[in-house]
Formats: sequence, C-alpha cells, structure tokens
Amino acid sequence: MKILVPVKRVIDYNVKVRVRMDGSGVDLANVRMSLNPFDEIAVEEAVRLKERGIASEVIVVSIGVAQARDVLRTALAMGADRAILIEATVDVNHDIEPLAVAKILARIVRQESPDLVIAGKQAIDNDMNATGQMLAGLLGWGQATFASALQIVDGNAIVTREVDGGLQTIRVRLPAVMTADLRLNEPRYVSLPNIMKAKKKPLEEHALASLGIDASPRLKVVRTVEPPQRGAGARVASVDELIEKLKNEAGVI
Amino acid sequence: MSVLLLAEVNNGHLVVDAVAKALSALAPLGDGIDVLVMVGEGDSAARQAARLDGVRRVLLAQGDMLAHGLAEPAAALIASLAAGYTHIAAPATACFRNILPRAAALLDVMVITDVIAIRDAATFDRPVYAGNAVQTVVSDDPIRLLTIRTSVFHAVGEEKGEAAPIEAVPTVPDPQLSTWVEDSTVVSERPELTSARVVVSGGRGVGSRERFGDIVKLADRIGAAVGASRAAVDLGYAPNDWQVGQTGKVVAPDLYFAVGISGAIQHLAGMKDSRVIVAINKDADAPIFRVADYALVGDLFSIVPELTAKL
Repeated sequence: MKILVPVKRVIDYNVKVRVRMDGSGVDLANVRMSLNPFDEIAVEEAVRLKERGIASEVIVVSIGVAQARDVLRTALAMGADRAILIEATVDVNHDIEPLAVAKILARIVRQESPDLVIAGKQAIDNDMNATGQMLAGLLGWGQATFASALQIVDGNAIVTREVDGGLQTIRVRLPAVMTADLRLNEPRYVSLPNIMKAKKKPLEEHALASLGIDASPRLKVVRTVEPPQRGAGARVASVDELIEKLKNEAGVI
Repeated sequence: MSVLLLAEVNNGHLVVDAVAKALSALAPLGDGIDVLVMVGEGDSAARQAARLDGVRRVLLAQGDMLAHGLAEPAAALIASLAAGYTHIAAPATACFRNILPRAAALLDVMVITDVIAIRDAATFDRPVYAGNAVQTVVSDDPIRLLTIRTSVFHAVGEEKGEAAPIEAVPTVPDPQLSTWVEDSTVVSERPELTSARVVVSGGRGVGSRERFGDIVKLADRIGAAVGASRAAVDLGYAPNDWQVGQTGKVVAPDLYFAVGISGAIQHLAGMKDSRVIVAINKDADAPIFRVADYALVGDLFSIVPELTAKL
C-alpha cells in the first residue's frame, strides 16, 4: 500500500522564540528551522511500515516556502521514496492555514491515491492540531488522531489513541487519515550516506497557482505579543519556610 | 449572536467543570447558549447541563454511534445543526480536538483552537509557539468554530431557578468509517488533573517508578492531582495521561508543585498559568526556577517526605 506523509518546516523546538516588539509576529530571520517533531514521528512510522513489507511506497509532501525542500530531503534521508513540494508563498512569515493545507493535500491525495495518510498531531509553531482532521473531513475518510500504536489488519487500521483519562482503541477502514502522537515511535537519526542518497531521490515542485486552489487566509492575525511574564520568585531555605510562605504569603494552603 | 456549545461527556455523565468553564468563556457572546449533549443513551448528562447558568436550552442527541466520541458521526451531526448558529464552541479536550476541525472542514470554515480570550464576536486570542506568544486573530468566516482552553476561565455556577428545556435532536446516518474497539481508562480516586486546585508533578529527577510513589503520597496527603513531565512518562515512572505540557494536558491550578522537573518550554506551556508555582530541584540553574514563585533548591528525596509529613 501507498502512504502519504505531510511534513512541515517549523522553527526548531530548541529555539527560544522571540516576539517582535511591534506586534507583527515572531522573529524567524536567521533562526534554525527543522522538520516538525510530530511529522518526524509520522515519517518514521511510514518508513517502518515499508520496512515490514506492509507499505510499498512512502511519499512526503510539504506546503510552504521553497526552503521546505530541506525538510523534504530530511524525510527522504529517513527512508521516504519521493517528495512533493507545493510552493505556496515566498514569505517565511506567511503560515498557510490548516484549511488551505488540507485542501491542497486533498488534491494531492486524489492524484496519488494513497491508502493511508500519516500526519503529525500538531505543528509546534501554530499549535493548531487541525490539518489531519480537516483533510479526513474533506475526503470523507475515517480518521484516527493522536495515535500511539498502529496495526494494519485486513484493510483496516487498528489504532490506539491517547485520550483524556487513558487510551482508546478504534478500527478505521482504509483509506484513512491518522495523526501521530509523541509515543508512537522514536524517530531514527539520519546517517550521512542516507543524506547523500536522498539527494538523488525525486522531488517534484509545483506552484500553488498551478493547482487553482483558493488558499487565502480565513483568519487575519492582527497582533502577536509576548504572554504576560511572571514576577521574579523567592528562594526559600527550608521546608518550614516554604510551608509558612504558602500559608501566610500566598494563602494557597 | 447564537451560540452552540458542545458538552464534554464521560461515560454518560457531564464533565461539569469543562462545560461550566466554557460557558463562562462564551458569556460575552450573548444571552443564551444552546448546549449539545451527544451520548449513547440516557439523559443524565443533559439534565446536568440544563441546570448550569447561561444555558438557554439543551439539545440531546442519542445513538450508539455517538457513545465513544468517534469523530465521523459527531462531526456530521454538528455540521447538520450549524445553520442556526453564529458560533460553535467546545472545550479543548482530546474529544473535541478530534471532532471540531473535521466539522469545520465539512462547513468550509477555519477552526480556532485553544482560545484564551474572546474579544468580540470575530476576535479571539490564542497561544502559539508552545505558549511563548499570544496571537489575536479576526475570523471572516460566516460561522466561527472554537475550542476553548478552559483552564484560564472560571466555572459558571448552577441556575437557582428552573432548569433549561431539553429537546431531542435527530441524529444523522452513521458514515461507518470507524468503530470503537475498547477503552483502557486509568482509574483514579484523585481529582481530575485539568480541574484540580492543587497539582503535584514529578519529573526525571524523581529517578524511578518506585520513588514516584513519594510524589503520589504528597499529592494524596493534600488532595491534589498528580502530574508528570514528558521525561517521567517516557521513563515509565507515570502513566501518559498524567503528562502536563504542550503535548499533554494544560493545567492552571491555584498551586503547582514541580518536583525534579527542569522546566523545558514544552512543559512550561502546560502549567505556567498556574497561580502559584513551587519548584523543588537540586539544580539551582534549572529553568523552572525562572517561573517559580517559591524555589527550594535541594534533594527532593529528603524534601518531599518532609513536606508530606508537615502538611
């Protein structure tokens, strides 16, 4: 079976985000960018399915600026077979909304006819947690979100999901959309030889305009500010002093 | 304004805290909110919802396909009810993070997740970048779909007078794309993590599953919920539904104890709105101390039992 994995180029999760003073957004100039960590898990799962002989081909797709080629090459080095880049903007500050991304992905799904789409649970920049669900809705496919375990049995995906209060297992008829949670797997490191091999793997590029999809934003971001900062705290020297302060100063116990 | 709130239901019972907090978040939008209760069978959740302040009427949808929170039938039902509403909202629980974006796609509108403030009918604040920035967004969509980060709102109370009317709504055909197999729920006598007044969390520094028992003892002593960092969960010290952070639960209790937790940004994203934060860590340079109101540097293996004995 064929697996499609959407991946996103985001600010590296170790970078301390700086909010611009004028409220116009987050400073992305000269900041380290990487493959979204949840997407890394999605790619890993797809590659493992291929290694177990369950998947025949793994296609990775990214939608955004031309620099997203880098994260596609990373995914190819992890073991994906080929990549598709949809160049949707030239401005790194322009985040394409999940609804638009889902519409573009739906088009690619109709062209490529995968049996399973594995996306990350959320992107760590916009923290939306919506694209996979929207894609499933647009396609009329079943969905299995926040997956921590996956089995393919007789044309179904048996997926264990992380929900509030524990775990839930569901069976979803293929084709379907799944989104990966952190505990699904531990992504591999890419080796230098695999990085070199990835350079020879096919990477198609298309301009968004050629698809004729309206990707204009529905949400206008009018302001981005730093969250209120907490005041400096106090060091306490002992358990007794801590209890005294919690009782008499903070009044919380 | 006409608002539909989707009620969080667990085993046929209303999750009152989440629904009551979402009701107070939505109060600025107008004078009467309809609440949709989706359950397998029974009307106890609907009757609980009908008593909450600000509820105009309760819509009750019953059917086997709605019993386990499967996204496909629930999103189809929500989309079928959307025509009469300007806003459809839900608490940002795992259940509705799953369902609402699908419903939004069916309606061809964006979803606005984790809303922390409603400024007017079209303008909302939401955290981005693991809570390191707050965005104000304006929605042009004809109907706004929101999930509410309930931890930052106070719960509404119960109506003193008559309960709101309950009306049955017809369900839509089950698309039969997925089926429920089983739940493995962690049974807990403790307060629920996201609504507890006090949370005691342990991290990598706790060292082992056995020693995590000290964290649990402290929590039980003071009637607190138990939380954990991702590291503690990955190391097997604690079950994963205790995880607090960007990829776990977001909490904002009156008092949060971070024990043996370094304070990575992904963890801070889940707890930095707590009213009072206490950090106990042997590393005086741990980033957790930058957000802590009270910092105790020292060996948690002696501090935690002492604290448990003295509280």
